[in-house]
Order: sequence, then C-alpha cells, then structure tokens
Amino acid sequence: MAKVALVEAITMALAHEMAHDDSVVVLGEDVGKNGGVFRATVGLQERFGTERVVDTPLAEALIAGVAIGMAAMGLKPVAEIQFSGFIYPCVDEIINHAGRLRNRTRGRISVPMVLRAPSGGGIHAPEHHSESNEALFAHMPGIRVVMPSSPARAYGLLLAAIRDPDPVVFLEPTRLYRLTKQEVADDGQALPLDTCFVLREGTDCTLVTWGAMVVESMAAAERLAKDGVSVEVIDLATVSPIDEQTVLESVEKTGRCVIVQEAPITGGVGSEVAALIAEKALYSLEAPIVRVAGWDTPMPLFKLEHDYMPSTDRVVAGIRSALEG
Amino acid sequence: MKIEFDPFFLFFLTPLEARLRTIAAKFEIGHTQYLDPDGKPTGPLPRFAQDPATLVGMYRWMVQVRVFDTKAIALQRTGQLGTYASCLGHEAAHVGIGAAMAREDAFFPMYREYGVQFQRGVHMHEVLLFWGGDERGNCFKDAPAHDFPWCVPIATQFHHATGAATAFKYRKQKRCAVTVIGDGGTSQGDFYESLNCAGAWKLPVVFVVCNNKWAISVPLAAQTACETLAQKAIGGGIYGEQVDGNDIIAMRDAMDRALKRSRKGEGATLIEAMTYRLSDHTTADDARRYRDAAEVEDHKAKEPLIRIRKYLETLGAWDAKQEQAWLAECAARVDAEVAIYKSAGKPPVESMFDHMFANLPEKLARQRDACLELASHADDGHGGAH
Repeated sequence: MAKVALVEAITMALAHEMAHDDSVVVLGEDVGKNGGVFRATVGLQERFGTERVVDTPLAEALIAGVAIGMAAMGLKPVAEIQFSGFIYPCVDEIINHAGRLRNRTRGRISVPMVLRAPSGGGIHAPEHHSESNEALFAHMPGIRVVMPSSPARAYGLLLAAIRDPDPVVFLEPTRLYRLTKQEVADDGQALPLDTCFVLREGTDCTLVTWGAMVVESMAAAERLAKDGVSVEVIDLATVSPIDEQTVLESVEKTGRCVIVQEAPITGGVGSEVAALIAEKALYSLEAPIVRVAGWDTPMPLFKLEHDYMPSTDRVVAGIRSALEG
Repeated sequence: MKIEFDPFFLFFLTPLEARLRTIAAKFEIGHTQYLDPDGKPTGPLPRFAQDPATLVGMYRWMVQVRVFDTKAIALQRTGQLGTYASCLGHEAAHVGIGAAMAREDAFFPMYREYGVQFQRGVHMHEVLLFWGGDERGNCFKDAPAHDFPWCVPIATQFHHATGAATAFKYRKQKRCAVTVIGDGGTSQGDFYESLNCAGAWKLPVVFVVCNNKWAISVPLAAQTACETLAQKAIGGGIYGEQVDGNDIIAMRDAMDRALKRSRKGEGATLIEAMTYRLSDHTTADDARRYRDAAEVEDHKAKEPLIRIRKYLETLGAWDAKQEQAWLAECAARVDAEVAIYKSAGKPPVESMFDHMFANLPEKLARQRDACLELASHADDGHGGAH
C-alpha cells in the first residue's frame, strides 16, 4: 500500500474514478499539462487525454456554469477552482442553478458535479489565496459541502462526492496537502457523505472541528491528555449536511463542547453546530459552548496569518474554559 | 503660387505610428433579410422557404404564440396569473429558432421564448403554471427531458449551453445547444465568457441575442457603443451575424446555417436577431414611463406576423378564411390549456423537499415532516392544504 499525502490522495481518487467511469471529466485552470497549481491533477491529462482533463479559459463563473451544463447532459464533471478566494464568481451558478435545478424541475434535471477548491491559510500564500468559505456554501440549499482532513478521508470522500448524484463543493485544506503521508489503498472504496469521524474518543469534553483545524485540535487534545483531560475530537468532514447524531451523542456523553473553525466566527458552520447543541442537547451541557475561530476580519496577508488562525494554545485555552465554565 | 510637396517630404509629415502601423485584423458583420416589412421578398429565398407548406407551418406557430400571449396577459390583468413576461413582437425570432432545432438538441431559454418551447413540446399550461407560481411548470412532460427550464439570472444560461455543448462534443454526438439572451444580457460578463470559451473549444452551440432594443427601461444605446451586438462574436473568435429577427425566413435560415456549421464541427455562432419589444418588459412594468408611444407605433408596422401573412397571401397559400379558422382553433387550444392550468391547484407542500437531493438528508426529512404537519392544520384559504 502506498503512503500518500492528501493532495496525492486527491489525484488517486480522480484517476480511479476516471479509469472506471468515462463520464468523469476534470476541468479547471491549469489542470492539464501543469497538473494544477497544487499538483492535484498531475499526470491525469497524460493518462486520460486533453478531452477528459480540460484546461479552461480563466473564468471561474464559466467553470461552474459549464460544469452544470455538462452534468445536466449526463457527464460527471469535477471542476477545480484554483485558489479559495477565486471561488466567489461561482456563487451565482452554485446557488441559483446547481443547488436548485433538481428541485425546480421536480427531479427532471440533476447536477452531479463536484466543485473542488483549496481552502484555508497557513502556507504563506498571496492575498485572496487563504480564505475559509465553507459557511457560504453550507448556507445554500441543495449543495453538499465536504472538507477532508486526512489522505484517506480525502480519497474516500472525493470518490463519494464524484459518485453522488447531486452537486458537492469539495474544499481541500491547502495546509494539509503535503503535511503528512498516510497509507491509502486505491481500492475504490468511498466514504459516506452523511457521517462525521470521531478521531479521538474522550469523556471530558467534545471538540468539533473540520479541515486543517484538525491539526491544532488533535495537538490540543494530546497536550491536555498529559494533564489527565480526556477530549473527544470529531472531524465534521461533511460540513453540510451535518451528521447531527454523532455530535449530539458525544455532547450528551461529555457535557461540554468546544467548536474550532478557521473561518470568521460570525455566521460560521460552528454557529450552526452551537445552535444544534443548544436546541437538542442543552440539558446535557454542564458549561457554555466555547467557539475558537478566526476573527471577523479578512484573512490577513501572511505575516499575520498565524495571529488570525486559531493556534493550539487558543484551542487548549478554549477547552480549559469549557471545563471550568 | 503653386505649392508642391515632395513625396519624401510628405512621408515625414505622416505621424510615426501611422507609418509603422499594419492591419492586424479586420471584420465585417452581415445582415440578412428576405422579406421586407410589407412582405415583399428582397431577393431569392432560401430553399426551405420555397415550400409554402413549411412557411404556413411556421406562420401557424407564430399566430398560436400570439394568441397565447394575449390570453396570458389577460389572465394576469384579471388576477389569475402572476407576473408574466410577454413575447409580443418576438414571434418570428422564437419560432425560427424552434423550427430549425432537432429534438435531440438542447434549448436553454431566458424567460419569454414560448415560440421555441411550444414547438419542442412544452405545454401552454406549463408556461402558465410557471408564471402562476408553480414549479410543475418546469416539468416539461412532453418536451425533451434535457431542455432547461426558464433562466431568470441573466446570462447564466449561456454557461449551461456552453457546458452542454462541451458534453455533446465529448460524446461525439451531432447535437447542438441553443440559447437565447436579450440585448441587455450582452453586457454581462457571463455572456463574453461563454462566447470566448465556445470559440476556444470550437463548440456546437448557437447563441441568439434577441435585440428588442430595451432592457426593461434601458435603451440599447446605454448598453453599448457597438454598431451591432453580432460583432461581439469577434471578441470570442466565433462567427457572428445579424438578421432581421422579425423576418421568419431570415431567422430560420440563419439558424439552419448555424446548426449545420455546428454539426459539422465548425464551431459556434452568435446570431443577433433585430426585433422590438412591443409589450412592457413584464406585466409588472409600464413602458409608458420611459418609452415614446410613437416609437412603438413605428415598430408595430414592422412586426413579424404582418409580413409573412402578406407574403403567404401573395402566394395564394393563405387567406382571410384560413386566418379566421386558425385563430378560432388557437383560441380553443389556449382555452383548453388555461382550463388545465386553472384546475392544477396548489402543489403538494412536500414537493418543496422531495427533489432537493436524490437521497433526502435526515435534517430535510424532519423539516418535510414539520412542514406537512403545519399544512395539515392550516386553513390558508388556498384550498391546497392536506
């Protein structure tokens, strides 16, 4: 079994699905000969040809809209948006069309597309390259939002996203692209799109997170374990729709909850998780819910990015606050 | 005194950039018209137009659309329909597009192309259902299942057509995507992005601009400084031409040629159909606020039904008696469709949820239950609660 980084697991999943289903077509800026700016599509054009790995003109709304048209005509397009801050021109197409065509045609037209995009900061990238915008898409009816946080989950969740008969926004944490390697079997096994992952079991506090913040969250849990604090870490992964059951059961068990997100705190996915717990597990709580998140500012240029993104120290402080509260 | 300029001296009088400049590209835009507003042929007609039966068939559709449109406005004015977008004056452009398309082609409308859609099997009652606030109007029970529903966010339909054409080309099918936009829509970035992509990828797509001179209250001159909208094709590297969009023969001819080019793998076309919006933008609009009545009157004389009827009468292929009989038949058809529309009732509330995803997520299933429960207790006076 090969040890692969997250970005290589993405390539592996794409190659697997392209080899098994000729309706899968990859498109985006520089995805062809260049293999994508993060190298997520490296080697695919060489293997599958220019008709299946298509360099598009530099126009993000076009990429999303063309993918919708392709999907509606029976293909399974996997479109790449080059950098996270460039995804906004796609919003019109995703919210007005991808998310509602099945509904407004009463099932006549469906849009089995995947919109892949890098997400989050921490890699000293230029301006507009480090945004965390999952909440924007999680708010849109008819759209699934998925964020993998390990090579194995990237592989299995991307396969599931491509096979899903509805549109999926698939946000890949750039900070994790090459952070660690993991053995991943190229066995075509997809992961479910409605189940989150308990990365570490614990009894004192539930920590809900997703994307690159899994790193700080796991480090915080590790550090607190040395002090005898047992933290249960949940990777939400399928950010929309949320696997409510796993989250609620965990909170009912621990009685405390910390939510960690890289995105700005206001109106984030964490707000939804907090509201869910307040509605359905309030009486299990022994302390107020704590959110550790990015500030309500634009993602700063990279000199300050680590002052923006929640650090392990901040996560530890958040957990301590929940334990004391 | 006679002044003579030495040619050598003249050369130095010419500005430097003019001396160094060569022509990098040139373009011209053709305009096609076969019937003038009085129904007189301006020259030899294309082959299909030499068969009066073909022309009569298209004329019948134009009348059918007009009768429907008139009725739909009446329904709105009497509180029996929501806001409706009239197609008055666009009948030749729309019927010409529909007549040229094959069933396996895909159509991506904006929101007033009933003349295309009726020919493709969309029912009049489906159009009424849509404007009557009911998604069942998008079901297109007897039209090609791949045809897109109405597209209200202006110009986004161009991307869908471009994507469909990409799929047809990938699958090596001889199918084409056809989409329509207004003159205002050509100001959108999406419009250019699609033209550009269709050019770069040589896609089987036909983009039609129905230039009706008004984008709600904004006249064409405020949208563009270009002499034509067809020339915007040049920027996308595709073929562009302008036609008299009130001339059904010119419209059909341009569509036939564009589709043929696309099927042969020769790429995309932009057709600018010169027409005029004789109606308000929608029934929610009052064009008298911004438009001279004299301008509208002037265009009424050039509207599309008059000229083809006159021409058919000249040929002896149509007469007043046939006109009356057909108008009566169209009215009866419209009445029957209006009856279906009126009897449709309210859609079941669960239909809001049932087509959100192929597999309904648990959270939505709970919302569906809650909505059904509320509806079962509701006495909202709309008669559809259950």
